[in-house]
Amino acid sequence: MKPAPFAYKKVRALDEAIALMGENLDARLLAGGQSLMATLNMRLSAPNLLIDINGIGGLDGIARNGDTIEIGALTRHVQAERSDTIARYAPLIARAMPFIGHAAIRNRGTLGGSIAFADPAAELPACLLALDGEVTAQGPKGKRSIRTSDYFKGLYETALGPQEILTAIRLPAADGNTRTGFAELARRHGDYAIVGLAASARADGKGLKDVRLAYFGVGNTPLRATKSEAALAGGDVDAAVAALDLDPHDDIQASAAVKKHLAGVLLRRVAAQLMERQP
Amino acid sequence: MKITPDSPPVLSALDRPNSYIGRAVPRPNLHRLTQGRGQYVSDVTLPRMTHVAFLRSPHAHARIVSIATEAAKKAPGVVAVVTGAELAKVMTPWVGVLTHLKGIKSAPQYPIAVDRACWQGEAVCAVVAKTRAQAEDACELIDIVYEELPAVTDPETALDAATPVIHESLGDNICFERKLDVGEVDKAFAASDAVVEATFVCGRHTGVTTEPRAIIADWNEGEQRLTVYQGTQAPHMMQNLFAKHLDLSESQVRVLTKDVGGSFGIKVHTYADEMATVALARLLKRPVKFVADRIESFVTDIHARDHRIKGKIGVTKDGVITAFEIDDLTGIGPYSVYPRTSGIEANQVVNLTGGPYNCPNYRAQTRVVFQNKNVMCQYRAVGHPIAVAVTEGLVELAAAKIGMDPLEIRRRNLFPDDGYPAQTASGLKLEQLSHHEALAHLDTMINYAGLRAEQKALREKHIYRGIGFASFIEVTNPSAAFYGVGGARITSQDGATVKLDAQGLLTIHSGVTEQGQGTEAVLAQCVASSFGISMDRVRVVTGDTDNTPYGGGTWASRAAGIGGEAAWQAGKALRGNVLAVAGAMLQARPEDLDIRDGVVVDKATGAERLGLDELARVAYFRPDTLPPGFQAELMATRHYVPRGWPFAFTNGIQASYLEVDTDTGFVKLLRHWCVEDCGTIINPQLVDEQIRGGVVQGIGAALFEQCLYDERGQMLNGNMADYLVPMAVEMPDIDCGHVVSPTADSELGAKGAGEAGTAGAPACIMNAINDALRPLGAAPLTDMPFTPGKILAALGKI
Repeated sequence: MKPAPFAYKKVRALDEAIALMGENLDARLLAGGQSLMATLNMRLSAPNLLIDINGIGGLDGIARNGDTIEIGALTRHVQAERSDTIARYAPLIARAMPFIGHAAIRNRGTLGGSIAFADPAAELPACLLALDGEVTAQGPKGKRSIRTSDYFKGLYETALGPQEILTAIRLPAADGNTRTGFAELARRHGDYAIVGLAASARADGKGLKDVRLAYFGVGNTPLRATKSEAALAGGDVDAAVAALDLDPHDDIQASAAVKKHLAGVLLRRVAAQLMERQP
Repeated sequence: MKITPDSPPVLSALDRPNSYIGRAVPRPNLHRLTQGRGQYVSDVTLPRMTHVAFLRSPHAHARIVSIATEAAKKAPGVVAVVTGAELAKVMTPWVGVLTHLKGIKSAPQYPIAVDRACWQGEAVCAVVAKTRAQAEDACELIDIVYEELPAVTDPETALDAATPVIHESLGDNICFERKLDVGEVDKAFAASDAVVEATFVCGRHTGVTTEPRAIIADWNEGEQRLTVYQGTQAPHMMQNLFAKHLDLSESQVRVLTKDVGGSFGIKVHTYADEMATVALARLLKRPVKFVADRIESFVTDIHARDHRIKGKIGVTKDGVITAFEIDDLTGIGPYSVYPRTSGIEANQVVNLTGGPYNCPNYRAQTRVVFQNKNVMCQYRAVGHPIAVAVTEGLVELAAAKIGMDPLEIRRRNLFPDDGYPAQTASGLKLEQLSHHEALAHLDTMINYAGLRAEQKALREKHIYRGIGFASFIEVTNPSAAFYGVGGARITSQDGATVKLDAQGLLTIHSGVTEQGQGTEAVLAQCVASSFGISMDRVRVVTGDTDNTPYGGGTWASRAAGIGGEAAWQAGKALRGNVLAVAGAMLQARPEDLDIRDGVVVDKATGAERLGLDELARVAYFRPDTLPPGFQAELMATRHYVPRGWPFAFTNGIQASYLEVDTDTGFVKLLRHWCVEDCGTIINPQLVDEQIRGGVVQGIGAALFEQCLYDERGQMLNGNMADYLVPMAVEMPDIDCGHVVSPTADSELGAKGAGEAGTAGAPACIMNAINDALRPLGAAPLTDMPFTPGKILAALGKI
């Protein structure tokens, strides 16, 4: 299929993009295009204007500022996958990267695009939630930060306003006590997972504290399993599995019952990762 | 008969000097394709060419109340908006029946639906515009009022009195049924020590070619001639059908088939939208192009394999199979597909079930019913994966029941290698098969005893691995028994014309076609070998009804066995003609000469006598120097059709080794093996590619692929994200082994190899999964594809 007609404008500055979004409420931003282009070609969406933000300088890059890791919105997955900073200070992102699509998708797709699109089955939104990260956005009223707990609002729905552009994500930098875990189950490598789990915690003696379990593929947004977090912090994996209160829907690849069962299996696998001493 | 990995075992007529038979030579079209210089239909652009997009029914069954096209007609770039009723005046409808499938019936099908849409995805209106994008834009402006009708979706209830009849003129929803009762089935079951019953389900799936269906039709009003560029497997068949339904003579139609990006049986049928494209070109008198996009491919490319089979097997405690019985049911969509019909798959299931085994008692019933889903028809290994799943599933369940090793039960029942010719209970005539030698080869190849020991040791660590097998027979090289006897103008013979050009190089024109499997390599190998020239001096031309001998094309694994034999014979005939010229020039007896590596030599000594370039120069430019009355004939044509046997059956056996994650229900394929016997192996690399590719498609059926429909007849997963084709990461290493039993019907002795992998792999995977889970007490899994959910349910985990 061919996309419905649309206008195309490549912008060089954030302000230019924000102004265009104000003039065209039906416009869509084009970053890596890995989700958008498919929906355009299938005529699932038909915006009147595509605003190409790939030409905006300064929106890509990975940097550590003290105890924060900042990743520019236009950073490609492949950059994060190959980044020493990510490997060392954002190990959960590093763990998740190989599961995101295929190499060709990671070459084009951007981290900011994934977080802005907020696919509930995608890996990165769950990682951001597990890490208690922040989203930086810029709009007509200037810049603001949004905590992830306030960011994911619903199915493909976020706290970003109609004229706001996600410019970066910020994550707490990992230190010696940081523990992370990641697992997902997909029928084929590179597919959206039937269910997945991103997790972070802090080592606390022989146990764990600040456990954050973020599931994906089981609801309209990435979802925390708070009761299981508490049980896991108490060192009881069985109780953590028993405390899972996810309520997934059937989808084309798996029934709700399968997803719930697999969520428990993943919890045991990720718990084992969290318990391991990590470099 | 001997196991040989690489070449025929004994010296024969095939072992000419510098023979390419049995050599893994690269394909002649490799460089062109890898340099991006292929010419697929999508690459072809003609002057004044337009593009058609089809508006398709969103409903599985609906009456078309009205179609408002005014707005679309005024849209930018639009050339015409044409409804089914309008196109019905240009092209006649067709009915997909064959006379040898007794009682088969179907309703007339039109290029575009007239009055009623019968499946979700059926074209209801066409927009022709200057670009495809403009045509799609205009489609959105067409207003169609539908009256939704009840959709018949479940084959189980399709014949119930309460179920609406899809085509009133037919009286009911049955397309075809067949019953067979051979030997003494009831008596055999009664005398059995164990009887096992199981219901098998094969998921509806489709072929997913890399290049979608594509066609350009160009009606030349001045010549009164139609030229069609089409990605098809059977150009001459399509020439006949275009002519027939446009009321033209065949000589008024030329079908050109250049590169084709995969077919797998998908591109050997009549598609309404392709017929509509041709009719539109006739109507508009200018070229019209249609390239199916992936979304419409999923709801219009033929589906296949949607069968429910109740199976029953009897065995004695010694492992002797006493009887097979099956009750097969399949839903094939609202029309039997033209011209090969949608009855062949079910017919094959009846023919092939129990096929490898020397068991005289067999009862079968199949019912083929209409429903409001996309049409089903022949896809790679037609019917084989279903019949093999039922047969081999039952055999391994029976073996488990009597506590016998699954290879041992096969040894006790497979047709003996020295007992041919033989005939199956269903009446298939078998020339020469090698089940036991193939099994012995496989046993060694997989180190069966070692695998069993490893499996046992790992079970103690709660790692559950399974070993599964599937013996099979495979239909190849079909004679007229397949379609011709049923009245379809689908030729089973094929031809090759070989020409020596004025510089002494060869060109072969062949009626078989290339869709990526290496047909052109096989043709070049055969001609080069029988004529006596290096392959780089052979040019291959296929896929042009104006310029190739009349032939059937490439399907049912016929290109190598039939097209290859015609090429071999044509090369040989031309060698004779060339040697006659050489004899005249050299004043030698032609029978004392030969052609080796492109040079005329003394047969006895190999001494070079004459270059082909010099021979051609004299024959073409100085024929006055040849003896009076001598006429050089530097072009030769030969045809071949199998006459000794209705089909050249091949055989083989596959094995799968896999691990089931009993926590997740996921299956990890560790290794796969196939030992097959396709007779003379012309090109071992191409044969292995056929086997491996076929196995992968079989694995798709077993684990991944299914066209999912809801109860209203809506396809739920018609895209490449949700319809799971097998991908490289999940595929195991696939090892191939060969036994060679040439067919005596041809000099070449080659049978087909294209179906074997797909035929056996699903059964093999199924048996391996059940073998892995048997110690856990799981109920046997017989409902493909085996998803994590089904495996978890069998394990009682959900």
